Amino acid sequence: MRRLTLPALLLASLAALAGDEALPKTPLPSPGAAGRATEDHPEVPPPPFSEGIFPCSGCHADLPVDRTRRALTAMHDDIVLRHDEEHRWCLDCHDANDRDWLHLASGERVGFEESYRLCGQCHGEKLRDWRAGVHGRRTGNWNGRKRYLLCAHCHNPHAPRFKALAPKPAPIPPTRPGVAR
Amino acid sequence: MTFARRFARFVRGSVRLVLAGNGLYWGWVALLAVLIGSGVAAYADQVSTGLVLTSMRDQVSWGFYIGNFTFLVGVAAAAVVLVIPAYVYDWKPIREIVIFGELLAVSAIVMCLLFVMVDIGHPERFWHLVPPWGHLNIPRSILAWDAVVLNAYLAVNFVVVTHILYRAFCGRHYEKRLVIPLVLLSIPMAVGIHTVTAFLYNGLAARPYWNSSILAPQFLASAFCSGPAILLVVLQLLRRFTRFEIQDEAIWKIAELMAYAMFLNLFLHGAEAFKEYYSDTEHLLYTRYWFEGLDGHRTLVGYAWTAVALNVSAFVLFIVPAARRNRVTLNLGCLATYSGCYIEKGMGLIIPGMTPDTLGEIYEYVPSITELRVAAGVFAIGFLVFTLMLKVAVPISLGEFQDDVPAAAPVVPAIV
Amino acid sequence: MKSLPVRNEPSEPCATSCSRRRFASVAAAAAAGWLLTGCGPKRLREMPRDRLRRALDEMEREYSVQQGRPVKVADTPPLPGVLFGYALDLSRCIGCRRCVYACVEENNQSRDPQVHWIRVLQMEKEKGIDFREANPYYQPAEVPEEGHFYVPVACQQCRNAPCVKTCPTGATWTEPDGIVVIDYDWCIGCRCCMAACPYGARHFNWTRPAIPKDELNPATHYLGNRPRPQGVVEKCTFCIQRVRNGRYPACVEVCPAGARKFGNLLDPESEIRYIIDNKRVLVLKEELNTLPKFFYFYGT
Repeated sequence: MRRLTLPALLLASLAALAGDEALPKTPLPSPGAAGRATEDHPEVPPPPFSEGIFPCSGCHADLPVDRTRRALTAMHDDIVLRHDEEHRWCLDCHDANDRDWLHLASGERVGFEESYRLCGQCHGEKLRDWRAGVHGRRTGNWNGRKRYLLCAHCHNPHAPRFKALAPKPAPIPPTRPGVAR
Repeated sequence: MTFARRFARFVRGSVRLVLAGNGLYWGWVALLAVLIGSGVAAYADQVSTGLVLTSMRDQVSWGFYIGNFTFLVGVAAAAVVLVIPAYVYDWKPIREIVIFGELLAVSAIVMCLLFVMVDIGHPERFWHLVPPWGHLNIPRSILAWDAVVLNAYLAVNFVVVTHILYRAFCGRHYEKRLVIPLVLLSIPMAVGIHTVTAFLYNGLAARPYWNSSILAPQFLASAFCSGPAILLVVLQLLRRFTRFEIQDEAIWKIAELMAYAMFLNLFLHGAEAFKEYYSDTEHLLYTRYWFEGLDGHRTLVGYAWTAVALNVSAFVLFIVPAARRNRVTLNLGCLATYSGCYIEKGMGLIIPGMTPDTLGEIYEYVPSITELRVAAGVFAIGFLVFTLMLKVAVPISLGEFQDDVPAAAPVVPAIV
Repeated sequence: MKSLPVRNEPSEPCATSCSRRRFASVAAAAAAGWLLTGCGPKRLREMPRDRLRRALDEMEREYSVQQGRPVKVADTPPLPGVLFGYALDLSRCIGCRRCVYACVEENNQSRDPQVHWIRVLQMEKEKGIDFREANPYYQPAEVPEEGHFYVPVACQQCRNAPCVKTCPTGATWTEPDGIVVIDYDWCIGCRCCMAACPYGARHFNWTRPAIPKDELNPATHYLGNRPRPQGVVEKCTFCIQRVRNGRYPACVEVCPAGARKFGNLLDPESEIRYIIDNKRVLVLKEELNTLPKFFYFYGT
């Protein structure tokens, strides 16, 4: 059995596909920014706001800022925080002074359309993978523009753990002719 | 007298011979005709509805047809058990009867080719294998090699027997310069056809039960005892129903050779069983399915131990000289050998090789009615071909079916 | 001195029977030549492009009539500089089987009898990847189930494909972009390839495939998802009809957990190369030296 490192294996495969496969011997250069694996600012669809909730300043511009860590009762009580709730609460992500923005640990504001920068503070590996197109549901073109989604499009930022799904039907087991399933 | 006219007389004479027989003969032919009819009807269903009428599914994609094919390649190769003593050692008692081994080889190969035809999804596309219109994937595909060597072996045997018999019909001796090289060639070819068939399984790394070096020698060993088993029965029948004389020594010698072949067969199986059980890897699963069953799936266990019992009994019966010479024990031994080898090489090879399948699933394969009917039809065709050839060959061998020869020089035809 | 017979003078004209024989042999040779060249090679792999296109147009007409709607059969050639690879994240697959059914719809697999190109195996966490313990027939109310993980298996598009090796008629081969394909009109249905495949990836049409007319995908490729006849083998083609046009296979796009990744192994910037470089990939049954281009990895 061949014991080759994986990159060497890939190159060796070019030679190994002998016979009538006409493969180029050297890889062609990558097709520019459109096909780049790692996108610094991927184009994403709009954030998945609940209906009518944005812009938040519509209500919050007139409300006083209360930084006391508490359970919300007047509004947003439908949000059950299950995301490191022992150590964090709403204003650790949402900007206290302007609710139309989120903020990083440094205080820097980020927009909802760039919320991945916020998630990436703790989930750095996921962010790197996501930028490379390796984390998350993949649609688009493998040799052109990939379509990215925001973290929030799949993960509810307040309770990110996926719910279990009902599986599609199992395959039908084989049966002999004349034998009932 | 031109060739065409003489050949026409040969054909007319053969037809007369074939149509002349007693009640037993016609009963036999009628039985074969019924089986062939049933087989053809079942096959017609299979062609129109598809192979779904068999019990084969994705999980066990080869079954009864290929099992029978494998067994019959062995029977065809077994002609060599007669050819070697006859032509290499020039031993007269077998030299007189070697032609029947070659006739059996021809019938067996016909059945092999038919079993492949009924197994494939598009039999009308068989020409895809025949260059230059088709594409034969040689040297990489073993099935392609098998197609070549089986047809070549059929051609060699067919040419030899037809030449010898036709020359005898014409009152002339066969052409030594043609026959002897072909017959000697048929020896490595016989080994070759069964080795290539073994390689068909042996080469598949995906099937650990088959991917064992022992498969080719084991195939040959079981071939060399199962093929002659049929022959011994046929020879005794010929002795009983025709004037053909077969020496006892010939029959006893064949039985003795079968004993050695069966010993090798049992030894090689034993070696295989040791390796599986002692190494005790996950590959043991297939052998366990055969001998013990897995997770309550025990369909083949009875067959496995029956085959072992039959093979061991056959070995004992043939290794004891007195048992070889006794007509009852001899025939019991033949029956035991044939059935034992048929089970372990047909079902005992194919099904455990694919159960559990490559993804660990167990689908219990048992041949369907359609498969049994089609297989019976193919066997009946083979037996019919063999019967009809014997019906012509025996009178020729006895000098009873001969073309008109000048009275001055009556030649007793020599088929030896 | 006697002169030697001059060799370059025309010999005596043939007798009648000789000329008849000569005519017959010439006619036979001509007929054979016509048969061979006029009909030409039948394997789709060897057909020149214009003849191939005509054959596919014929197929389009046939399928459109059969299905009662226009069907297209593309002959998109492989893209240069491309070798497709696939990676599946075992830490993310939840065994929901949406890939199985997306594949069925995209690739026109028979509904009755049921043909699935993807088989999702439920494994036990304690035992790891062990085919003996695999269960494809799980049907709990919700997945993933406690103590189990899921391994979907389809054609691994091996670089050293045993199926390609054993096919006696050369009906299956590896295309230059690495996809192992089948010529459904050349396959004789001997199923050697199915015996040879270690991954159970090849499936046979045991009877005529049946697809409800309104569920047919009319955008087909001649080596991929065009309607197949009874009695031939079929398998995953990495959605050849999609990937040669730059799109992802259907299974990659539908996976809700983002477990499936695909790309060009020859492109150092591709996702698949990123995975190989940054994650730890493994292949199934690597001791068989099939060199699959389908990798499994643990993303988390």
